[in-house]
Amino acid sequence: MDDPLIVVVLLLVAATATAAVAVRDPVRQALVLSVLGVALALLFTVAQAPDVGLSQLAVGSALTPLLVMLSVRKVRRRQGDGKGRAP
Amino acid sequence: MTVLPYLVAVWIFLTGCYGLATSRNLIHAVGCLAVCQASTYVLLLAVGYRDGGTAPVYSDIKPGSRPVVDPVVQALTLTDIVVGATVTALLLALVMQISKRHGTVDPDELRELRG
Amino acid sequence: MTRRARLIVLALGGAGLAALLIAACFDLPRFGGPWHPYGDRAVHASLARRTANTIASVNFDQRAFDTVGEMSILFASVLGTVVLLRQTRDEKRALPQPEEVALPVRRYALVVLPVAFVAGLYVIAHGQLSPGGGFQGGVVAATALHLLYLGADYRALERIRPVGLYEICDALAACAYVVTGLAGVLAGTAFLANTLLPYGTFNTLSSGGIVPVLNAAIGMEVACAVVVLLARFLDQAVEIEEESGKP
Repeated sequence: MDDPLIVVVLLLVAATATAAVAVRDPVRQALVLSVLGVALALLFTVAQAPDVGLSQLAVGSALTPLLVMLSVRKVRRRQGDGKGRAP
Repeated sequence: MTVLPYLVAVWIFLTGCYGLATSRNLIHAVGCLAVCQASTYVLLLAVGYRDGGTAPVYSDIKPGSRPVVDPVVQALTLTDIVVGATVTALLLALVMQISKRHGTVDPDELRELRG
Repeated sequence: MTRRARLIVLALGGAGLAALLIAACFDLPRFGGPWHPYGDRAVHASLARRTANTIASVNFDQRAFDTVGEMSILFASVLGTVVLLRQTRDEKRALPQPEEVALPVRRYALVVLPVAFVAGLYVIAHGQLSPGGGFQGGVVAATALHLLYLGADYRALERIRPVGLYEICDALAACAYVVTGLAGVLAGTAFLANTLLPYGTFNTLSSGGIVPVLNAAIGMEVACAVVVLLARFLDQAVEIEEESGKP
């Protein structure tokens, strides 16, 4: 393996993945997940897989975090209601 | 040094599993599952990489002029990324239903409800 | 099981799995090695069928049957989400109030929207030539539409997005893929065999035989699937509320 760029990006991916698990608040996790998506897209591009990189960029950096954020909003709103109504 | 990409994939997978098992919020658990999925992408592409290879797209290079990386693993990864996202959406929909039925998304509290 | 006991079991299992996986890593072919028998054969087959992008050839020609499986997972999970997130009897719709969005964000979204949408369509159309294809382009085009949520407001988004229509298009695209496959059977070859259409000229839009057709079907399927998914999630997050005032 003679490409130092791949090593650097691999370590970046490992670090962001660890951060995505370590961050316990789902909203913050969604942000870290989108960073992880961009890091993975970068890794796929330097590993000569532009197709996969494009797919990961669209899904990982936009779609998945958006879905997570929307679910958090729904769940929080419901729990907020529940607490408001509780005696 | 030649096994580093594989070890990174193993690390991502195990971290994701740890997050899944210790999560206190089902939405966070779904996020950890997405991290586990990412490890399979890293592993597959690491298997297919070739030193000095270029992308297996022949619209701007002459066929046979340069070595290319393995297209089969790339095709597998590519479809899985998009399909994986819709499965994540299904899991999140399940979490919303759980929150509606039980009023909580903490797996420990859910177990208490079952008795 | 208490939390502590669970952590101990997890640590034991994780350590065992880690040991096995790391042992396996050292037996895998060297990273970057020159030995890729399947890859070389896939490239050869793709060039023989005049498809410039080998990955599109693998997805929609050599392993087209596998893509049927992937597509049905996609379709089933969209169906599951639609069923799970439907409006139930104890929920009501509340029209969301439009909120102020900063003007630069609004302008940026409205400028980027058409560019991103056309880029998505371009990526779908050139799937058999350059990096891209139905899977990526579909997601790009569908998420681009949702910039309207930032640029205008939710109601504008709802006007250009009749969800029922997208659900029908999703099913139609899935059918189109299978019907294209069945055409091969009717013509006397195999399911999804790439023998019906002429292979065309290498490196042009109409090259690759069946590949552009299946690619377009997948592009439509993915784009509609993502629009439907995001619509259901936005409905739940923004509009649908539980009936309050019940005991």
